[in-house]
Amino acid sequence: MGNLSFDIAHLFAGGLVLVSFMLLYQDRMSGLINIFTLHAVVLSLSVGWQAYTQRAWHLFVTAAIALIFKALIIPLSLRRIMVRLRIHRTVEIIGGVGVTMLVGIGLVALSMVVMLRATAAADPLAREDLAFALSVVLLGLLMMVTRRNAVSQVIGFMSLENGLILAAAGAKGMPLVVEISVAFSVLIAFIVIGVFLFRIRERFDTVDVHQLDQFRGEYR
Amino acid sequence: MALIVDLAAQGAQMIVVLALAPLLLGFTRSVKARLLRRRGPSILQPYRDLLRLLRKEVVLADNASWLFRTAPYAIFAATWVAAALVPTFATGLMFSWSADLIAITALLGSARFFLALAGMDVGTSFGGIGSSREAMFASLAEPAMIMIVFIVSLIAGSTQLSVVAAHMLSHLELRVSIGLALIGLVIVAIAENGRIPVDNPATHLELTMVHEAMVLEYSGRHLAVIELAAALKLLMYLSLIACIFFPWGLAPYGAGPRDMAFGAVAYAIKLAVGGFFLALFETSTAKMRVFRVPEFLGAALMLGLLGTLLLFVSRSL
Amino acid sequence: MSIMVVLWSVGALLATSVLAVAMTGRIAASRIVYALCCGVCLLLLGAGVTHLGAVAETAALPLGLPWVGAHFRLDALSAFFLTVINLTGAAASFYAIGYGAHEQHPSRVLPFFPAFLAGMNLVIVADDAFSFLVAWEFMSLSSWALVLAHHHVAENRRAGFVYLTMASFGTLALLMAFGLIAAPSGYAFAAIRAATHSPWKPGLVLALTLLGAGSKAGLVPLHIWLPLAHPAAPSHVSALMSGVMTKVAVYGFVRIVFDLLGPPAWWWSLVVLSLGGVTAVMGVLYALMQHDLKRLLAYHSVENIGIIFIGLGLALAFEAYAMPSAAALSLTAGLLHVFNHSVFKSLLFFGAGAVLTSTGERDMEHLGGLIHRMPQTAFAFLVGCIAISALPPFNGFVSEWLTFQAILLSPQLSSWGLKFLVPAVGGLLALSAALAAACFVKAFGVTFLGRPRSEAAERGRETDRFSLAAMFVFAALCLVAGIAPGLFIDALAPVVKSLVGDRMPAQLGIEWLSIVPIAESRSSYNGLLVFVFIVFSALVAAQIIHRFGSHALRRGPAWDCGYPDPSPATQYTASSFAQPIRRILGGVAFGARERVDMPAPGDARAARLDITIRDRAWDVLYTPIARGVEFGADQLNQLHFLTIRGYLSLVFVALVGLLFVVAAWP
Repeated sequence: MGNLSFDIAHLFAGGLVLVSFMLLYQDRMSGLINIFTLHAVVLSLSVGWQAYTQRAWHLFVTAAIALIFKALIIPLSLRRIMVRLRIHRTVEIIGGVGVTMLVGIGLVALSMVVMLRATAAADPLAREDLAFALSVVLLGLLMMVTRRNAVSQVIGFMSLENGLILAAAGAKGMPLVVEISVAFSVLIAFIVIGVFLFRIRERFDTVDVHQLDQFRGEYR
Repeated sequence: MALIVDLAAQGAQMIVVLALAPLLLGFTRSVKARLLRRRGPSILQPYRDLLRLLRKEVVLADNASWLFRTAPYAIFAATWVAAALVPTFATGLMFSWSADLIAITALLGSARFFLALAGMDVGTSFGGIGSSREAMFASLAEPAMIMIVFIVSLIAGSTQLSVVAAHMLSHLELRVSIGLALIGLVIVAIAENGRIPVDNPATHLELTMVHEAMVLEYSGRHLAVIELAAALKLLMYLSLIACIFFPWGLAPYGAGPRDMAFGAVAYAIKLAVGGFFLALFETSTAKMRVFRVPEFLGAALMLGLLGTLLLFVSRSL
Repeated sequence: MSIMVVLWSVGALLATSVLAVAMTGRIAASRIVYALCCGVCLLLLGAGVTHLGAVAETAALPLGLPWVGAHFRLDALSAFFLTVINLTGAAASFYAIGYGAHEQHPSRVLPFFPAFLAGMNLVIVADDAFSFLVAWEFMSLSSWALVLAHHHVAENRRAGFVYLTMASFGTLALLMAFGLIAAPSGYAFAAIRAATHSPWKPGLVLALTLLGAGSKAGLVPLHIWLPLAHPAAPSHVSALMSGVMTKVAVYGFVRIVFDLLGPPAWWWSLVVLSLGGVTAVMGVLYALMQHDLKRLLAYHSVENIGIIFIGLGLALAFEAYAMPSAAALSLTAGLLHVFNHSVFKSLLFFGAGAVLTSTGERDMEHLGGLIHRMPQTAFAFLVGCIAISALPPFNGFVSEWLTFQAILLSPQLSSWGLKFLVPAVGGLLALSAALAAACFVKAFGVTFLGRPRSEAAERGRETDRFSLAAMFVFAALCLVAGIAPGLFIDALAPVVKSLVGDRMPAQLGIEWLSIVPIAESRSSYNGLLVFVFIVFSALVAAQIIHRFGSHALRRGPAWDCGYPDPSPATQYTASSFAQPIRRILGGVAFGARERVDMPAPGDARAARLDITIRDRAWDVLYTPIARGVEFGADQLNQLHFLTIRGYLSLVFVALVGLLFVVAAWP
């Protein structure tokens, strides 16, 4: 049984990394939001399984928060934003999918080397979770760096935050308060960014951040 | 005596794969037709096509060389040997020790090498386009395949298919890497067999065709042999997927006739399920542009790499 | 005394060189010289093969530095490389008996060819740093003279210059490496082996050896001279340079790193493996972009050197973590690839030479359809293509398969960096193998298949008997080494055992000539059965079809979807074949750019497609260095225009500075 529970935890955490890669690969706005929903679902499954194996019932709350906010509310409202901004069919140009993916794989390898070395004394499940969590965080950052569209940057940011929650769930004893605060801070960040998106859109008629740079006088 | 039994089992496997390959093709086509609300030809149609082609005379282009005439047999032989080495209804057959998964992949590479050369022999533009695109697909599909081999061999500690199947049966594990390897192998199989969305086996006269462009100049018995080889390749990939990921029912080495019969039934069911899913997938998706294919195959390569990485992690805890 | 045989043979080669000078202008000179070379090489080959498992022999000659003398030694490693060199040497000489007749200026080739062979053999048997370096430089210079054989072509002169620069640089690096590891008691290898080194030294020596031997072998980014120089020489010399001289460089690396330097540190393998992986992929990508047949082959040597270094790097990794049997497997894989590559690369260069003499063309875009005019050459070349593409049942596959098996052992390594690097290198190896197949479909397809693209290709004739014989012997060897690899693996066992302290399990006792690197339940491969199986099924299929189906055959015009175009220009060319791969990988690998100049409708101008491909090594590494050197030279140039007082003060300052250094030296 112990082996099976480890296997399932491994499956969910590894699945989260995989979904992060799908986020990195996807170039269509609606597809991006769908995959982000999947990301949140996998996260809540993973956290839920952690709650079950660690007998830590407060983690179920975290899982529920992830499911409700990230898999329902945020995707739905993002979809609304997308429709109102009329960018739902946008295909984003990402500079070289292949290179980005290779860099992503390199980041996963890096985070594994770092984490597994640093946590030699911890128990296997926590070590693995931490390694995967760091990969998800780095992949989220990579996504924010490589995307130009503000909406996909927001999604990148939130996938990064999912990685943080995974780490918090893996490290036993992280109090619920921290998690709730993290979740709410992200929600607030999301609202703020949403508002800003509209402001940007009103002013510049685009959400391509490249144009913002031009406006500020950078790049040419 | 044991030698004779072993030889008989191996010979039976060779004949089984050869006999079943057109049937699988016919089955897939008819399922596809049904899904499109057409009636479609009988599932025996591929046999009839092959027989008709065999009886026709060969029309050879004026400047075709000896390579063009011998290549079909080389392609067929390499594919047949590869298909015969993958366990279908029983493991541990006599010759299954003569080549492991890497060698089987390379054997298919040999077949492809000759096919691509044959496409260039007559010196037409269609043949060249097919060969060069096939070379591009292969140069991504092969590393993806090798990464999958890595995953499988890391899990089972062997690249020998019989051992892999036995290991998978005895150690049921839920691993992300296994899932990644399965997805990767399916992608590779679709690309290697020229199925939708990579290539459309039913079309001619389209600039996107790959396999059909290479064999454009072939006719008569040569074409029959090449078509049979293509059918064998499809069967081989399905057997491979079944053997690695769904090894249930495979008769172990030295099993009696009852186990063998059971294995054969299980194999038939697996093939039918595989063919059905192939048809379902093909009807639910559209062919992609040629230069989207590298991304598709690149995804398989990335999945393989990622799977290997994940496996390293979970192995070394 | 094998060592004496070797030394006398080297002497005989040098004498042949002198004879060649004496016979300048005689018609028969070329045949006599090459026949002599072939004979001596066969003698050396015999010495190498018989000595593979025997104990080491040494000899000292009163040459070289006074009171030191020149030391020579023939051990298992030397014997193996002696075999490789002289097998190809004999075949190349035999090939040249026919091929040499086409040479326009035989006096520019004949004296240097035996000298080149002698130089390579001397490197292999040298047993002290001094004679090693002298032999190394002798080999470099004689091959440089051969590269300049056709010096009236401007391109070849440039190749010669780049080659000379890189060769001098490589020798300098090796000189410094030997300077660092020299023992207090002298430069003899035995003394170096016995000495203990301070901890920082071996790493530095490894770096210098990688620079020195790597530049000769063609490791990326030190490969730039290779694709220029190898094709410039006459084809039998190209075969030697590509098939063998790169192997002498591998020998230098193995000798210094595995034999002289003592136990490896863990990070060495990281460096060697990454270099090997990058070299393998970049080499084959460059090769794929070429349309000059000989240059394609030369670039492809870079790939194979990468594969060999992957094997060596794995061996270093396993040795560092005290896994001798795995190290033995990796080293066997690398050394077997040394042998295999020398066989098929020489075969391919012989074929390219035959095409060159028969059509006068090296550019594939002007060839095509040669399979009809040169059927035997085409067959031998095809065998070489299959072997080099690592396809079963030929020999290239066996060594790559062994390398893969070694890679699959890597999870047992305990270093994290290696755990992640080795699978990635495995992916690179698989990528390079697949690209190699594409590359040789292109090489064979465009050169030999299709319709002739020029008049020269239409007029091609089959080459001479000697060349054909040499090619067929090597083609047969490709098959034999592919279906009975156990023979070669067992022959390598003493070599490997002397270097890493263990050997692969004996293969010859296994039933049906299978090879089993570790255990049968893990992996096994049987080239013989696969070969028999393929031939049997092909024959059965052909028999049955001809018996029961139709065997009627009619010739007609090509079908081509109903629109055949009579002009051969409509065929796929070498560059169009490579276009898909250039498009997906070229941008990253070498900044490939396509510029289409399409005239507006109504404009009668021809459309143009320009493709630029840059060797990034030039841009990133060599152009800045060249610029720096130029700048420095400009600055120093001012020294030419000083006054007398200026010169005197320069000398004075230099003298005082030197005295200060002497005074400050502890």
